Amino acid sequence: MRQPRQAEDASGVWGWRAVKIVTILVYIFMFAPILVTVILSFNASMFGGFPMTGVSLQWYGKLFQNESVLRAFKTSIWIALLTAAVCTVIGVMAAIALTRYEFRGKQWMNTLVILPALVPETILGVGLLLLMKWANQPRTYLLLVLGHIMLALPFVVLVVQARLIGIKRVYEEAALSLGANRFNTFREVTLPLLMPAIVAAVLLVFTISFDNITASLFWRPPGVETMPTQILAMLKISISPEINALGTLMIVITVGLPLLGGAIARILSGNRQ
Amino acid sequence: MTDIAVDLKGVTLTYGAFVAVKDVDLKIDKGSFVTLLGPSGCGKTTILRSIAGLVTPTSGEIVVAGRLINDVPIYKRNIGLVFQNYALFPHKSVADNIAFGLKYRDVPKADIERKVKRALDMVRLPGVEKKLPSQLSGGQQQRIALARAIVIEPDVLLLDEPLSALDAHLREEMRTELKIIQREVGITTIFVTHDQEEALAMSDRIVVMNHGLIEQNGTPEDVYRMPATKFVASFLGQSNLMAGTIAATGNGSARITLDNGASIEAKAPASAKAGSKVTVILRAQRLEVGKKAANGANKLKGKIAATSYLGGTAIYAIDAEGLKLQANTIIDDQVFREGETVDIAFAPSDCVLLGEDDRRLV
Repeated sequence: MRQPRQAEDASGVWGWRAVKIVTILVYIFMFAPILVTVILSFNASMFGGFPMTGVSLQWYGKLFQNESVLRAFKTSIWIALLTAAVCTVIGVMAAIALTRYEFRGKQWMNTLVILPALVPETILGVGLLLLMKWANQPRTYLLLVLGHIMLALPFVVLVVQARLIGIKRVYEEAALSLGANRFNTFREVTLPLLMPAIVAAVLLVFTISFDNITASLFWRPPGVETMPTQILAMLKISISPEINALGTLMIVITVGLPLLGGAIARILSGNRQ
Repeated sequence: MTDIAVDLKGVTLTYGAFVAVKDVDLKIDKGSFVTLLGPSGCGKTTILRSIAGLVTPTSGEIVVAGRLINDVPIYKRNIGLVFQNYALFPHKSVADNIAFGLKYRDVPKADIERKVKRALDMVRLPGVEKKLPSQLSGGQQQRIALARAIVIEPDVLLLDEPLSALDAHLREEMRTELKIIQREVGITTIFVTHDQEEALAMSDRIVVMNHGLIEQNGTPEDVYRMPATKFVASFLGQSNLMAGTIAATGNGSARITLDNGASIEAKAPASAKAGSKVTVILRAQRLEVGKKAANGANKLKGKIAATSYLGGTAIYAIDAEGLKLQANTIIDDQVFREGETVDIAFAPSDCVLLGEDDRRLV
């Protein structure tokens, strides 16, 4: 411990520099692909790569005239909305059951409910497909939505459960003692305190569903494309600059929504500071 | 005849193998302030929660305001509850917090506003209706919690260690305030605490509990001066417990040979029999140190083992020929230091005798 002070300082300075450089490199590595996609979506060139030959919005224009892209976009939005709605309702109820009530097999339920998040999606995809084959059921929109619900439900339960544990039971006990029945206690006390977690869960689920490709490839009905499967199909033909434009829009949606959600959650919790 | 506000009949509550409350009978007079006092895990909070309806007794009956409420859900019992950590709804304003219970009692809107205002006046916090709980100090939040609980005019007010989250200075202030408010409203109050000072200062009656059983139920003076059991004697205040055997009895007193050989005189009830083993309880405050003993007092010699000087008073640990005693005395002129030999004295009437079962002889 008797090192010269100055040497220690110098190595500290170099240490910090190294940390900074590595951090910057990691960020470049993470965000360069996104940046490239966004930049190239404005490229005037016929080809979906560098060099840039000029700035243009023509690929966005083309995209909005592409019937199959628009259809796939609409399909994905609907599926994501349905998934988010159903998952939130079921997930919140499950989380409340798992944190606020004691019943037999609770530990098992707790593990089982998050299992789909741990099993590889490909396995789930094949599994559900085989099950449907065995039951002699066709691949329908319903199956696709149910599959997405299965994939996303664990995340709602996890997010809401984490928040519920933080909400002290005395708030609910106080409401009950003042004459509010269980439903009113939930509506007036638990739900408002839970709101930030619910907003976060909705957006997370929406993004999970909207982004999903692996499972969707297995489960989609014949002839139906979701946004990600549509992109994959387009890539099979060529790397069109249209895909860059589409990619940019996807980024705006999937990054923008959680950011928006975060802001809403902050405002909601800010109100009760 | 006084009205009984709360009547517990043979209430038992078990969690699996653990018995939290054992066959407790307790009657609480209307308008009185009753404290359940005991160490943590003694069952006091469980009793409070079972009256509130947050837990269900395994057996026994709970009657509040003449109504058997065992099977009445909490939200249909008319009970005011104040928690240790206030439990004010953080997303509702002070006014909405206080109005919460009134909303579910079909009180007209205009009356709600008036009642909220009156409740705030009562807890001496007028004009904070629009604030959020987090904008108030701990003491203020606890007043709002109190206002929220009494505004619904409950049959009984239950306070679960409401002062323990406050700092020492504020706690003393709130203690007085709480008692004054309780008197003004005249509401039957059950107060749970492990703080004996709070219990002695505020209560009409103290119920001392240990291991799920009631050890003693009496006025603060009774409980302090005439502890019913060894537990009560050692839990409340500083007591000296001296083991000995009764040598002779007569004239309402007994001559007792202590285990160290000393012989003392103690006030004794008729049930005290010569030859039986007893424990003599003597409050540390009733032990005179280095003073001229009064006539008829028991006199012993002792050596000061340790002195805690507290300004107006001093606490001495004294070794009286093998008998370890504690004295808490007012300092007249001189403070005794470690190693000094002193005369100690106490009156026979300050002694309480416990039998072999550790219960007071009566």
